[in-house]
Amino acid sequence: MKKVIMGNHALSYGAMISRSQVIAAYPITPQTQVVELLSEMCASKALDAKFIKVESEHSAMAASIGAALAGARTFTATSSQGLALMHELLHWASGGRLPVVMGNINRAMAPGWSIWSDQNDSLSERDTGWMQFYCASNQEVLDTVIQAFKVSEALLIPSMVVLDAFSLSHTYEVVDLPDQAKVDEYLPPFKPRFRLTPSEPHAFGGLTSPEHYFEFRYKLQKDMEKAPAMIEETGREYEKMFGRFLGLVDPRRCDDAEILLVTSGTAGYTAHVAVEEMRQAGLKVGNLRMKVFRPFPFDKVREIAGRAKKIAVVDRNISYGHHGIFFQEIKSALYGLKDAPAVFGYIAGLGGRDITPSDFGGIVRHALANDRPEDNIVWIGVKR
Amino acid sequence: MKKERTFKFTIPEEELMNSGHLACQGCSATQAMRFVLKGLGRKTVLCIPACCWAVIDGPVPYSCLEVPIFHCAFETAASSASGVKAGLEMVGDTETTVVAWAGDGGTFDIGLQALSGAAERNEDIIYVCYDNEAYMNTGIQRSSATPYGAWTTTTPVKHFKRRPKKDIVAIMAAHKIPYVATASVAFPEDLVKKVKKAKDIKGTRFLHIFAPCPTGWKSRPDDSVKLARMVVQNCMFPLYEVENGEKYTLNIRPKEKKPINDYVRLQGRFRHLNEEQLALMQQETDHNWELLLKKVDAK
Repeated sequence: MKKVIMGNHALSYGAMISRSQVIAAYPITPQTQVVELLSEMCASKALDAKFIKVESEHSAMAASIGAALAGARTFTATSSQGLALMHELLHWASGGRLPVVMGNINRAMAPGWSIWSDQNDSLSERDTGWMQFYCASNQEVLDTVIQAFKVSEALLIPSMVVLDAFSLSHTYEVVDLPDQAKVDEYLPPFKPRFRLTPSEPHAFGGLTSPEHYFEFRYKLQKDMEKAPAMIEETGREYEKMFGRFLGLVDPRRCDDAEILLVTSGTAGYTAHVAVEEMRQAGLKVGNLRMKVFRPFPFDKVREIAGRAKKIAVVDRNISYGHHGIFFQEIKSALYGLKDAPAVFGYIAGLGGRDITPSDFGGIVRHALANDRPEDNIVWIGVKR
Repeated sequence: MKKERTFKFTIPEEELMNSGHLACQGCSATQAMRFVLKGLGRKTVLCIPACCWAVIDGPVPYSCLEVPIFHCAFETAASSASGVKAGLEMVGDTETTVVAWAGDGGTFDIGLQALSGAAERNEDIIYVCYDNEAYMNTGIQRSSATPYGAWTTTTPVKHFKRRPKKDIVAIMAAHKIPYVATASVAFPEDLVKKVKKAKDIKGTRFLHIFAPCPTGWKSRPDDSVKLARMVVQNCMFPLYEVENGEKYTLNIRPKEKKPINDYVRLQGRFRHLNEEQLALMQQETDHNWELLLKKVDAK
């Protein structure tokens, strides 16, 4: 069934069609419609779930963790300040090996107050042990929620499904809602081996001495290492059943590209458009849209980006005192590669400033005009 | 034939807490747990945030309890328990009692927001606060449950705590939840009776259990039960219930209200107080007692 829905509602429908059993959430602009629609779905019994209307994001994640430990499929959504408030518990969810799935609407961090998009909120949670999927369309948001539950529950690692404020969260697009029976086949009920129940009493997460702690973290990393292959595999399975592939990356015109843009989020789709325009003008340019940030698709990046002569990484984020975050990660992935391409770093669109096709044109022209990057940050459109 | 006398125990005999735990000598938090579990039985799940009990239960992979435990983040006892209850119900378990089990720091201070949220939503959980009147697990720092006059490592004798203990029962009663009660480990029959009563009520139930801590109070380990009894007899910690935020019931009305001096003298944490300060403490106790009696007797 096709529906015209906003990105936020794509998250809600994704949670519904995945048969989420417990939802604990707190409203924050621009995420609010996610929880509004979910509470309607719960009230109307379109979704058989408990909705816990908590008093903060911190409690939203705490309740989600409790529900997941009890054995229920659990969904929540937040943004920006709310995600930051959850920070402590993001570690708790991954350390506790609980497959919570969360939507995060990328919104710039205050101060000053901003409700517009950039990625510093979610990328600040890079090392919390969550998988992170960056979406570029409402269809991809909905599909990714379903896939995220599947991968999370197989690996017992939580997932964050990330989308841009407004340019996706509040933008209406045609979305194909997959058939419920087929989704049930793709995503069977969550049946964890261990859960919180008096019929098999265990103590979860108690004081862990240096004798054991290290091994728990080793196992988390080992399972995270299985995630790239599993994301591709479940993505192909999804394609077989629903006709849409969900992979680690979304390459456009990369095969013979001499200069490659690396992008993420909705800017990644803008870059696709810009690439087609530049191709018509005869430029051998491609775009590697990064769909998954954690686990980092190391092999895919080396395979695809390693072929180009120059790479232009466009970051809607910054690690202050260092550079753009994708820029660092791409450089690190290419390290040691023979004839590695020159990597240029661009920072654009912080706090929701538009990133336009002509910005990508300017970026490509800049990279073509320079043999090697003179600076690790080239600022796009900043007023100085 | 001689008739055999039969005894009927008011406290269930089944032990759900085993030996081998890691509590200090004379710890009342262990007694509180033992009695509460006797009242609740096996179909119980505990959410324990950072507090003495996060350690007492034993390190991974051990546990001294026969019921499952979710060791949760410090400020999340009530929110974690809310999630556990919802999760259990969604997987078909509607019988298990979900308990948030926290110390006074996790209840009066850092966990108060989550507790207030859960109580306002009237989550179907029992929240137990075992109150040893300071952050004992981290080495005796003051909490908002620390009483006037007490020494702690963050209220040294020259700057002992000047503000009174926060009235958590009034705060919880103000949420109009179905059941709020105080209890003391020196009155196990009363405690277990309240636990059983709470178990049969739906909605948020709050138990405030007075639990002396010899390590933090600088008292003798074998005085813990005595102190937990004296504090009721001198009316510093009266045993009472509040139903639906309105109906106050006093469970023990001492025939003769004892002065606080004997209670105070058994504890090193009050040793520095002079006569004037002790008189202030007595005044505060008398005042609170009068206020409570007004609530109890208002029909």
